[in-house]
Amino acid sequence: MSGPQHAAPRPSLAVWKFASCDGCQLTLLDCEDELMAVTDRVEIAYFLEASSAVVEGPYDLSLVEGSITTAVDAERIKEVRRQSRTLITIGACATAGGIQALRNFGDVEELLRIVYATPEFLSTLGTSTPISDHVEVDLELRGCPIDRRQLLEVIGAVLAGRKPAIGDHSVCVECKARHNTCVLVAHGTPCLGPVTHAGCGALCPSFHRGCYGCFGPSEGADIAAMTSVLRAQGMSEDEILRLFHTFNAWSEGFREPPVGPVPVALSPSRLSPSRLSPREDRP
Amino acid sequence: MIAPTVRDGTITPDRIDSAAELPIGYTDDQDGGHYRLVPTGTDEYFASSSPIDSWKRFLSPPEALLVRGRSSSTDLEVEPVVPDPVAFAFVGIRACDLAAIGLLDRVFLAPDAVDPTYATRRREVFVVAVGCVHPGATCFCASMGTGPIPRDGYDLALTELYDGDRHEFLVDVGSDRGAAVMADVSGRPAVAADDEAAAARAERAVAAMGRQLDPLDPPRAAANPEHVGWGDVAGRCLSCGNCTMVCPTCFCSATQDRTALLGDGVERWRVWDSCFTADFSSLHGNPVRATTESRYRQWLLHKLVTWHDQFGSSGCVGCGRCITSCPVGIDLTAEIRVLAES
Ligand code: SF4
Ligand code: SF4
Ligand code: SF4
Ligand code: SF4
Ligand code: SF4
Repeated sequence: MSGPQHAAPRPSLAVWKFASCDGCQLTLLDCEDELMAVTDRVEIAYFLEASSAVVEGPYDLSLVEGSITTAVDAERIKEVRRQSRTLITIGACATAGGIQALRNFGDVEELLRIVYATPEFLSTLGTSTPISDHVEVDLELRGCPIDRRQLLEVIGAVLAGRKPAIGDHSVCVECKARHNTCVLVAHGTPCLGPVTHAGCGALCPSFHRGCYGCFGPSEGADIAAMTSVLRAQGMSEDEILRLFHTFNAWSEGFREPPVGPVPVALSPSRLSPSRLSPREDRP
Repeated sequence: MIAPTVRDGTITPDRIDSAAELPIGYTDDQDGGHYRLVPTGTDEYFASSSPIDSWKRFLSPPEALLVRGRSSSTDLEVEPVVPDPVAFAFVGIRACDLAAIGLLDRVFLAPDAVDPTYATRRREVFVVAVGCVHPGATCFCASMGTGPIPRDGYDLALTELYDGDRHEFLVDVGSDRGAAVMADVSGRPAVAADDEAAAARAERAVAAMGRQLDPLDPPRAAANPEHVGWGDVAGRCLSCGNCTMVCPTCFCSATQDRTALLGDGVERWRVWDSCFTADFSSLHGNPVRATTESRYRQWLLHKLVTWHDQFGSSGCVGCGRCITSCPVGIDLTAEIRVLAES
């Protein structure tokens, strides 16, 4: 198998920031041991969070964090795309608009007046949109923040010239592989795992918490069926909307979660009394 | 030693180090999309039904290294991987799960395609089976002809004879290894009354099965690929894959190539997959089964129908796990009944 890693010169890596909290870049910094080890294979050409040294483009691999919230950024991302052979978005902001996409559901002008003393100094778009709304994206890494293993997998795959193993199935598949107890079925804890994109290794259920969907919708996710389950668990429509409207609120699927009927199989009349009782009922 | 044990509010098969870790004093309340531990108030060891997860992970783990290699610009050197030997004792395994291992044997130990990982882990398993006396509401092993009493494939089979003042185990010795173990166990010889007591419990268990499946229904459903019921169940199904993950006979996997960031190491891994994922049926980047309806049809008809063509029996042993662990409570015994109607 031959791959680009054997070809000189070293492929160059650039990391770009748009509207974001920097959490995904921190995940990248958290890979420092691995990244230091590959510096003879990869040239870190542009990564302001790590180094102020800047190497001119074009770049072999660009990692893009953050969403597009200003007219300036809407232009800048086009330049980044032009300079990048492969462009991978990292995280919920870049991939779905992030938590700041909650503005898309409201009136930004009004929000500006409420929050800022001098809103006239601000120049912002009315929306927060994913990178893929503006330029072509080669691969999207989900998560708020991204998963370290997945990041290293993608970088490794690009270096080796192979397809990255990034599945688009549900968190449940990872959860079951880890032999976790299903908090939804066995504790009655609301969990978005069945409709959430895998990648985190079922982090939250591994700590007895329900998944709150930070990786966004999985392939084939049936949101209506999911909301039916949540309703059977006693959640109100408002609570269900809040559950979906977090990091990936603007992703298709989570944007307007259809609220389906309570499934017959889960209807309270068929439940044994413990189903809706709180988690304290378990030893 | 792997046995059902209480963990995080469920009974699941896992490693135990002493009999005290068996689910003493607990049973389970299982229904569609619902599982709760329930104290029995007794000191029975095996009052529960099938544990929430299956035993397959010990024989065919979620991730298994298949091949290790080294790549250069001109060559790929491959070294065979010899799986580490493991000697398991499966204690407290039920008839349905024993039957499921029998099915996995046909998949992984087929004479022309023996799987080294499975074979290595399977070879030494010492089986202490237990007859079910308290089947769950999702159990239907009696319909599938696999339980509730283990028939073969064990070294020892136990029936727990418990009624207030009596707490004994009737032991059926199934192999020389089992006999050797029993040589060190104190007890009294079984008498006809013990066998009768065990048989009565088995009979009660059959009568108490929570679900049923008519063996004539699956071929009828297979003849109805356009039945509206497929769309109906697809409308409820999340396509999450939980049913296949917990099913003790689902064996599907994907292969992943992993390269080290540094160096030239290459590994090929096998990881659990499910016919509910898009990658599962992807050819040239697009899934053949793009809809939930087609995926559900694949799962149900493979389990209950085409398994017969492939392996000479049903792929379902009636453990009921897919019903319990389906977040929406989709029940294959109910679906197949609807889909079989003309
Ligand atoms: S805990 Fe959540 S993610 Fe895990 S299997 Fe249950 S529903 Fe899926
Ligand atoms: S379990 Fe869900 S919320 Fe938790 S890290 Fe994973 S995707 Fe995010
Ligand atoms: S199909 Fe369901 S009931 Fe049948 S063996 Fe699999 S998990 Fe058990
Ligand atoms: S039902 Fe699906 S996952 Fe299970 S063995 Fe068949 S094809 Fe594989
Ligand atoms: S039948 Fe249930 S467990 Fe299986 S994929 Fe559908 S929703 Fe998930």
